[in-house]
Amino acid sequence: MTNARSTWMLERMMLIREFEERLKQLVDAGVPVGAVHLYAGQEAVAVGTCAALREDDWIASTHRGHGHCIAKGVDVRPMMAEIYGKVTGTNRGKGGSMHITDVTKGILGVNPIVGAGATHAIGAGLSAKIRKTDQVCAAFFGEGAAGIGSLHEAMNMAAIWSLPVLFVCENNGYAQATPVEYALAIKDIADRAAAYGMPGEVVDGQDVMAVYDSAERAVQRARLGNGPTLIECKTYRYYGHHQGDNPLRYRTAEEEKNARDRDCIKRFRRDALSRALLTDEDIIQIEGRVKSSIDEAVTFAEDSPTPDVAELYRHVYVG
Amino acid sequence: MDTTAVASRELTLSQAINEAIRQEMQRDSRVIILGEDVAGAAGRAHLGLVDAWGGALRATSGLIQEFGPERVIDTPISEMGFVGAAVGAAMTGLRPIVEVMFVDLIGVCYDQIINQAAKMHYMMGGQIALPLVIRTAFGSRGDKRTYGGGAGAQHSQTLYSVLAHVPGLKVIVPSTAYNAKGLLISAIRDDGPVVVMEHKFLGFAAKGDVPQNPYTYPIGKAEIVRKGSDVTLCGIGRMTHICLEAAAQLATDNVSAEVIDVLTLAPLDEETILESVQRTHRLVVVDEDHPVASMARDIAAIVADKAFDWLDAPIKTVTAPNTPVPFAAVLESEYIPNAEKVVTAVRALLG
Repeated sequence: MTNARSTWMLERMMLIREFEERLKQLVDAGVPVGAVHLYAGQEAVAVGTCAALREDDWIASTHRGHGHCIAKGVDVRPMMAEIYGKVTGTNRGKGGSMHITDVTKGILGVNPIVGAGATHAIGAGLSAKIRKTDQVCAAFFGEGAAGIGSLHEAMNMAAIWSLPVLFVCENNGYAQATPVEYALAIKDIADRAAAYGMPGEVVDGQDVMAVYDSAERAVQRARLGNGPTLIECKTYRYYGHHQGDNPLRYRTAEEEKNARDRDCIKRFRRDALSRALLTDEDIIQIEGRVKSSIDEAVTFAEDSPTPDVAELYRHVYVG
Repeated sequence: MDTTAVASRELTLSQAINEAIRQEMQRDSRVIILGEDVAGAAGRAHLGLVDAWGGALRATSGLIQEFGPERVIDTPISEMGFVGAAVGAAMTGLRPIVEVMFVDLIGVCYDQIINQAAKMHYMMGGQIALPLVIRTAFGSRGDKRTYGGGAGAQHSQTLYSVLAHVPGLKVIVPSTAYNAKGLLISAIRDDGPVVVMEHKFLGFAAKGDVPQNPYTYPIGKAEIVRKGSDVTLCGIGRMTHICLEAAAQLATDNVSAEVIDVLTLAPLDEETILESVQRTHRLVVVDEDHPVASMARDIAAIVADKAFDWLDAPIKTVTAPNTPVPFAAVLESEYIPNAEKVVTAVRALLG
């Protein structure tokens, strides 16, 4: 682990956290940004996974996708503008939080139809295989997706065709208000990997280095043509399912506190300092950059124009 | 000497589809085909067993020998998964043709078609193209126990209205071997998602001259297939042939019927239909689909809205009834519109 990589990881995690915390403040203050699903708490999963990917690799994301996009390198200014519904947004204001995409960064879509992204990921894997590139695709999905058929179909096909795909399960404990132990009869979703004939691993999703190590192994397998891997990251979302949800209706304050005690950013910061990968000065600089990036993003979003109404009729058909 | 004539020969609609796919796969290495048993006997080449199936209507027969299993991909029974994979492949540099055996099966992959394929370009603000073709067989024969008849309520439906309903999808329904080849080539070269509806009965029964060389046929264009002056009959897919039968019968009574083959359901060629109605002043729309929220009623509504002053009579629709497709021959025969029903509708209009 180099200083540069540690800096990148911490900065990306903090950028995601700041993006989400700021967004929450804006939502709470009544800024009309539509539906948002905050990623705060899960940063280590997105950052640990994307740290193992190349710029030309792909990810398929979920409704809770801000973290994945930032980790994969999407500029936070057009992201924020998209959430504000501005024409300078990643999607010209036509997608919103649940569809933020920057294809130049390998985002195959942030997809609020649970499980759908996994099928697109295997399509990308198939494309890489047929076109004989060594690109890989990581499909993020929540533990809620473990109940939907598209995920099973995708995992089976990825396995039979040895596709270069990472199935990254973010088990944050809740599908909306449904606890995972209610919805699944097994403790670890990673156990399902055996049923498809692929390796499966359970990883502490609050430990960015553990996620990175696991993702790195899976990426190597994939690039060598040895097929997909299922990685289950045990993590936690700090806020409700979406901006209007009070999670204390279905979980306890004590549970939330315990989760925050295992915070992925605090943990990595502590580890990086103790292993002398980063200095206090490095961290102060990172904090400064993160804050100004998000300040800029909010200003950019607020100052940007809304789409012209003619935009409504554009892009219905391709070409 | 007309070289086109020399280079064309009689093919069935399914053979024309096969030729279109083959020629486009030769032309563009990004074109792949995937679906259930598009080849058959997957992975059994070492036993000398290949190409055991060739797709629902045999339209992909022989392709695996030419292009191999990397580009002619048999899938497990996972429509949601493999249509989704085709969407993902289309976003990442390929031009997939995916076969959903029968349109009845779109229920299990509807999300991928209506939420993913149809909306991706729009939702992403035009960032990506989505060059995807979804081929699917549809329809019922209704009057004889040959292929395409007697398949019951879950293997005989039409259902194109639920696809045409969704903005972003182009939906085409070829009716002849000639237009099938040209429309499919246009669909494969289109940078957006196109659903190609292949009528089960026409797949084998519609035979006609097809030029050997590749050619396109415009998506979004209806065709006047018979000129007339007293009434316009609008047909879709096999119903175009029913309209032509009806027009021939009406001609013996000195009624001159114009027949329009709609061909593209979305985007609909309103202009050709409206222009025809302005000349004939009467319209009968003939549709094999259920009537509720159907193409037939949509076309009727458009004409009522935009050409009301030209009409000399109410618009009529001749459709299947609002029931599931029945099994017994006598019932199925009653279910499907036929030339007699069309003639009756026209006579009612003419008084």
